[in-house]
Amino acid sequence: MVKEYLTISHIAGPLILVEETSGIKYGEIAEIELATKEVRRGKVLEITADKALVQLFEGTTGLNVYQSRVRFLGKGIELGVSMDLLGRIFDGLGRPIDGGPKIIPEKRIDINGNPINPTARDYPTEFIQTGISAIDGMNTLVRGQKLPIFSGAGLPHPQIAAQIARQARVLGKEEKFAVVFAAMGITFEEANYFITDFRRTGAIERAVLFVNLADDPAIERIATPRLALTCAEYLAFEKDMHVLVILTDMTNYANALREISAARKEVPGRRGYPGYMYTDLSTIYERAGRIKGKKGSITQIPILTMPEDDKTHPIPDLTGYITEGQIILSRPLHRRGVYPPIDVLPSLSRLKEKGVGKDKTREDHGDVTNQLFACYARGKEAKELAIILGEAALTELDKIYAKLSDKFEEEFVAQGGDENRSIEETLDLGWKLLTMIPTSDLKRIRDEYIKKYLKQSNQ
Amino acid sequence: MERVTTSPTKARIIKVSGPLVVAEGMVKAKMYDMVRVGRMGLIGEIIEIKEDRASIQVYEETSGLGPGEPVETTLAPLSVELGPGLMSGIYDGIQRPLDIIRDKTGSYITRGITLPAVNRKKKWDFIPLVKEGDEVRTGDILGTVQETPLVIHKVLVPSGIEGEIRVIKKGRFTVTQTIAKVRTSSPPAPRLRRAGGIKEIRMLQKWPVRRERMVQKKLPPEIPLVTGQRVIDTFFPVAKGGTACIPGPFGSGKTVILHAIAAWADAQIIVYIGCGERGNEMTDVLLEFPKLKDPKTGRPLIERTIMIANTSNMPVAAREASIYTGITIAEYYRDMGYNVAVMADSTSRWAEALREISGRLEEMPGEEGYPAYLGTRVAEFYERAGRVVCQGTKNREGTLTVMGAVSPPGGDLSDPVVQATLRTVKVFWALEDRLAYMRHFPAINWLNSYSLYLDNVEAYLGKEIANDWMKLRNIAMAILQEEDSLQEIVRLVGKEALSPREQLVVETAKSIREDYLMQDAFHEIDVYAPLAKQYRMLKVILELHHSSEHALEKGVFLEKLLTLKIKEKIDRMKYIEEKNIREFDSIEKEIKREIEGLTK
Ligand SMILES: Nc1ncnc2c1ncn2[C@@H]1O[C@H](COP(=O)(O)OP(=O)(O)OP(=O)(O)O)[C@@H](O)[C@H]1O
Ligand SMILES: [Mg+2]
Repeated sequence: MVKEYLTISHIAGPLILVEETSGIKYGEIAEIELATKEVRRGKVLEITADKALVQLFEGTTGLNVYQSRVRFLGKGIELGVSMDLLGRIFDGLGRPIDGGPKIIPEKRIDINGNPINPTARDYPTEFIQTGISAIDGMNTLVRGQKLPIFSGAGLPHPQIAAQIARQARVLGKEEKFAVVFAAMGITFEEANYFITDFRRTGAIERAVLFVNLADDPAIERIATPRLALTCAEYLAFEKDMHVLVILTDMTNYANALREISAARKEVPGRRGYPGYMYTDLSTIYERAGRIKGKKGSITQIPILTMPEDDKTHPIPDLTGYITEGQIILSRPLHRRGVYPPIDVLPSLSRLKEKGVGKDKTREDHGDVTNQLFACYARGKEAKELAIILGEAALTELDKIYAKLSDKFEEEFVAQGGDENRSIEETLDLGWKLLTMIPTSDLKRIRDEYIKKYLKQSNQ
Repeated sequence: MERVTTSPTKARIIKVSGPLVVAEGMVKAKMYDMVRVGRMGLIGEIIEIKEDRASIQVYEETSGLGPGEPVETTLAPLSVELGPGLMSGIYDGIQRPLDIIRDKTGSYITRGITLPAVNRKKKWDFIPLVKEGDEVRTGDILGTVQETPLVIHKVLVPSGIEGEIRVIKKGRFTVTQTIAKVRTSSPPAPRLRRAGGIKEIRMLQKWPVRRERMVQKKLPPEIPLVTGQRVIDTFFPVAKGGTACIPGPFGSGKTVILHAIAAWADAQIIVYIGCGERGNEMTDVLLEFPKLKDPKTGRPLIERTIMIANTSNMPVAAREASIYTGITIAEYYRDMGYNVAVMADSTSRWAEALREISGRLEEMPGEEGYPAYLGTRVAEFYERAGRVVCQGTKNREGTLTVMGAVSPPGGDLSDPVVQATLRTVKVFWALEDRLAYMRHFPAINWLNSYSLYLDNVEAYLGKEIANDWMKLRNIAMAILQEEDSLQEIVRLVGKEALSPREQLVVETAKSIREDYLMQDAFHEIDVYAPLAKQYRMLKVILELHHSSEHALEKGVFLEKLLTLKIKEKIDRMKYIEEKNIREFDSIEKEIKREIEGLTK
């Protein structure tokens, strides 16, 4: 029989303190029944002797000390999994909100998961074609990678994420594919954009959505990405599916984390975020990957909005330290009407080296990417110089580079929201731009490729 | 004062807060003793004692743990196992073998597992190097074992033992079998008396991780650790036995450089500590190093490498321990007389683990919430590096080089961990995101970085490579520095303001940056440049510079000099293989010929 406690002594922010308890375990789940019979869930954050500190996912509004009953369930939060999860929409704590039937679980899994043994990992090497040149060509995504989008308020990250979800595929393979989508504190409109887009393309059939909206309880957001990843692990490593996980918006997740930390009166780190935020985020991001001997994979695209577009803000900063690169969106590009406004220079895919080249994309891919980076960077530098000293101060060659960098943004980076470019198209586009500069300046490309590909695009 | 001793079974958990557990009834507890926590028997370490209450940092996930559960002290400090069989291994932060854990429990790491770090069943061919009757003392080599084709493991007389060899065996033994017996000559320590002063020696030994292994004395480092990275070896070298740090924002190339050094540096043993970083990066090493071949012997590099992998999502307390586990293993091989190199990626994550535990202990926070003893701990860690005379009668020399990545928030070097590190280490490789964005890799800033070993290694390089090595280096550095101030002028008033000679300097500096400093870690040849090649490359660039300067003086137009045909070859000289090093002769000749053609 589960014991019930009527011994709440403190309520502060999302936390309650329950006294005179016995047999409570760290991390276990608690159910709090309000006088109104409403039941909320919480998690044990700390136990000192007979006092248990519990964090409530749905907040403490309306809770009182004398009438609320607390039951400890002796286990952590679990997700009931089955293939019936596909095509369904849940709230941020995993309860169906699409009017569909209850899930009859095949089994229940603790949502915290366990760390993958590094010796069990298989290195991600399979190229995912997203159809977006700025990603495929310059910052290639591979299967099992965690590649976040660093965005800013009002930038079109939902469109880009949806486009990736729609177009992503591995060349020459037909495999079981699924999308797991976790929304944390985003607006109804934004969530609706994804749901509508998934419906429009039929992707909803093989998608699972966990949705915590801006007006849903903030602390619930702590659980949402973990539910999504538990679901993804089940689909990937038990059901052999290739799962793309979209987590949006990690900024709201981090803010919920800060709220709990503040309520516990912990020593705040930078900008008030807790010192353990790096570790906490890693327990989410590191759940991407491939595992030896398993067919499926988890590729993560977390989205976060950088406060004030500042990349050094703790949320993007700590994320960048964990993920395998980042796609950074640029407001100036967006203002100029470039979609997708991907700023390729500070963007990075750390796994691209092993995902591109012969038999994967094309032999010249690596060299072309390096050359385009170098040319674009030089062009941008030249343009900056021109702003200070005037166009006339540029050498002829620098003028060409400046022009190339404009073209690169207008023709290579920019593309339609439904335009799905093949990797060949992307690379050929790159070669076309490179014809603008003298061949002797193509230092980063092997002669053999220059002979083979530059001529072709000249014709 | 006499204390009432209660039985150890009375020790019970009274508090659980993340990785920190407080237990009471811990009357026998000593600081830094290892303990078993709860019914699951999780491994922990005592880090604070108040009366009979001990604070324990637990090296495994603590969920499911609760007050009332038992705590058992082992009465021994956290130690590593040392002996043949470590090489090519991969361990977590407290030296549990991850590959064997995987065989036992599958793809995910579960809790409460204890496995010996060193294989107990495997038999090793022990070849004795002493005979019965020999006098030995701590650190003397008793015999050897071929641990991997690349590494001969030397079995040393353990700490505190000195005397006469009574028995020495030869043949195949496991690490727990006795291979020698020593009659201790000095007045035997009390605990040995019962064994009649005879000490049995096995290959398996233990050492507490938080204690530095003893040496006879330390010497100043003098020989460079050749990393094959031009910007490091030529401009900011680290000496064997030295310390270096590599701070930089995310994505600036810390890990790539440390991987490259782990692969190509001319150390005999590598201990790579993945301390709170990505799982895939460890996998990368695990998959690549068996394929990469040691340039000298052609053997797979994994045969000289030991990995400590405590990734970011693994328990945070074990991350704190991981750097000590790693460096203790490294010291053990140093004591055999090897050149050992340790890399820790990233020490910031280690410091964060320290901060988290300190926070939960409710210690008074220092800067940015880090404990006040952060600086001391950082210094203690790097102090374990050094060029040393090992213990033992033969006065063997060994070196231990330590390199640490630092990951400051936002790349800001005022970060306490960076500052504490810079106070101790002698080499600073300053990564810059601006360079990384331009794909100038390694993104080491040549103006801000420094090495305090330049004087130490000058003699060696002068003798082994070329007399004028340091001279060339300094000329190149001066050109880079001059370029920096000239660029300032260009930014303000344009290139025309520069004299032809100054424009030549800018051009040469560009060549140094692009044709020399930039080095692609993913290019099969460029990834590693031997010193001889580095020298020839730098010489070519400077030779062109000097002859061009002369030509200018003789009235040759700058434009002519900027468009020499040989430049195309110089652009590509980084791809010249070591075996074709003679190609540099012809490049030098061509420079001469082309410039003479202009001055005629
Ligand atoms: N020497 C190099 N040659 C080629 N590419 C490089 C080199 N160094 C770094 N890079 C590129 O930069 C990327 C990031 O490097 P790396 O992973 O080493 O960064 P880091 O500083 O360790 O970042 P973090 O702090 O997030 O771990 C690499 O994936 C690679 O694409
Ligand atoms: Mg790194």
